Amino acid sequence: MSALLEIDNVTKRFGGLCAVSHCNVSVQAGHTHGIIGPNGAGKTTLFNLITGIYKPTEGCIRLRGEEISGFRPGRIALMGIGRTFQNIRLLKSQTVLANVRIAHDSQLHYHPLEALLHLPRLRRDERRSINESLELLEPFGLAGHANDLASELPYGSQRKLEIARALALKPALLLLDEPAAGMNTGETAELTEFLRWVRDHFDVTLVLIEHHMHLVMNLSDRITVLDFGQTIAEGTPEEIRANPRVIEAYLGGSEED
Amino acid sequence: MATARSIIQKVASWRWVVPTLVVAGLLFALLADYRPILNGYIQFVLITIGINIILCASLNLVNGYMGEFSVGHAGFMSLGAYASAVFTTKWMPDNAVAFFPSVVFAGLVAACVGFLLALLSFKTRGDYLAIITLAFLMIVKSAFENIPYVGGPRGLLGIDKSTTLAWTFFWVVVTLWVIRNLVYSKFGRAITAIREDEIAANAMGVRTREAKIIAFVVSSFFGGVAGALFAHQLQFINPSTFDIVKSTEILVMVYLGGIASLGGSILGAVIFTVLSQVLQPLGTWRMVILPLLLVLLMLFRPRGIMGMKELTWFLPKNELDPTRKP
Repeated sequence: MSALLEIDNVTKRFGGLCAVSHCNVSVQAGHTHGIIGPNGAGKTTLFNLITGIYKPTEGCIRLRGEEISGFRPGRIALMGIGRTFQNIRLLKSQTVLANVRIAHDSQLHYHPLEALLHLPRLRRDERRSINESLELLEPFGLAGHANDLASELPYGSQRKLEIARALALKPALLLLDEPAAGMNTGETAELTEFLRWVRDHFDVTLVLIEHHMHLVMNLSDRITVLDFGQTIAEGTPEEIRANPRVIEAYLGGSEED
Repeated sequence: MATARSIIQKVASWRWVVPTLVVAGLLFALLADYRPILNGYIQFVLITIGINIILCASLNLVNGYMGEFSVGHAGFMSLGAYASAVFTTKWMPDNAVAFFPSVVFAGLVAACVGFLLALLSFKTRGDYLAIITLAFLMIVKSAFENIPYVGGPRGLLGIDKSTTLAWTFFWVVVTLWVIRNLVYSKFGRAITAIREDEIAANAMGVRTREAKIIAFVVSSFFGGVAGALFAHQLQFINPSTFDIVKSTEILVMVYLGGIASLGGSILGAVIFTVLSQVLQPLGTWRMVILPLLLVLLMLFRPRGIMGMKELTWFLPKNELDPTRKP
């Protein structure tokens, strides 16, 4: 089976700083892939490279075998890569519903002139967009808050809304950047179950950056460990747990999980 | 309070208000054009209000909805004014039906230049784009000053007085209707998403380049239309009419009425035009009072009177209460 996403020997330098160095990651369709590593290891940079916010200095990134490095972020998103952000990036002064609709709009195909003249196809499509966006909000427990401003939601709900918004793109691959950041153990356990449900229900391949070991170990089929921009280990959760380099670099003897 | 609120809600839900106002306004404008029911001064002020509504609503698309800061709107206005004046005085002189095509032509000329400006907006944003629009304004002005065919610095004279109240009203309705349609479509949501967070918008598959092109093209088209109406109202145009002061006036109207609001654009244009007429006897002091008003507004209501809020009458049916299933 060929990989859905391949990161092939990718390097990213910012001036003299090498944020990601000769990184190789291969994500199989249907798998959940965890990316862990200490702060500053280059995890978020890797996400920004995949989604086209940065261009790799060297190497190439392929989605379903097609090279995507160098494409603009909007195009990469439309090809089926959705993401969330470490520091939540919702449209804050827009409603919850509007935040989902902005991503769902990728499924509406009317022409600008149809929009300017408010033709019937637009009205039908708009109605469909509203209904499908509301349906999507339902399992996230946000349908009742559809008309609230995104900035008025509690922190945990904002994180959920970001996931819902990314799913409105109908992505094949969903990149989650620290979905459990700021959550306590109970909330993290709940999120783990929720992400499992998302993966199965939306049939989406997950790649997640996370510091909560419990969540990563529970959810991931494979894990890549980064340190100083380099891959220091890759394998199943069991292999990673037993890997001495990982324990030294990341777990560092602390008995987190 | 509760009853006042329910009355407002009831009035807001009357869907027949806008169509009725449009028909009544058009009939009244036609009547005023052919029967002397209004004196010349009132008619002049009403037409000026109309032109200012078009300018204000079209600039609001770029400055309010998209969150850029264009100071070049007078440049599009002058492109439209010159294009239509050349059309009616030089290409089709003494032709009664030339006016409407000349206004459309004016809009298209301005829109083509707006398209070029949109291409520049791909690379720069914010302050830097504002400087580019300022440069654009200066280029347009000095270009017209140096083209003898359009009269150079002296400008163009002898333009027909074709801008009637009815034509102005017609174009106001077209402008508001088209911009409202755009704003409540996926392209409008893309334009607003650029203002809120361009990186997040990109990650959600928003075609930001397409949205920027549409915003600039539509905005400059109606800027050009307003210029055409302006030229055929005053019957005389010269390059120095369309300078940074003109742009600033439009900016004041946008930020006074409220960003990202068409109701606000109407309000801003009406208040600004009426105030500057009423304050006319004060002479130079007018230029103290209006800026002072703007300073107070920025301090106490930085998004303008109706900032980010829309008249319920202008919303499409789908947007009235999106959570209610039909």
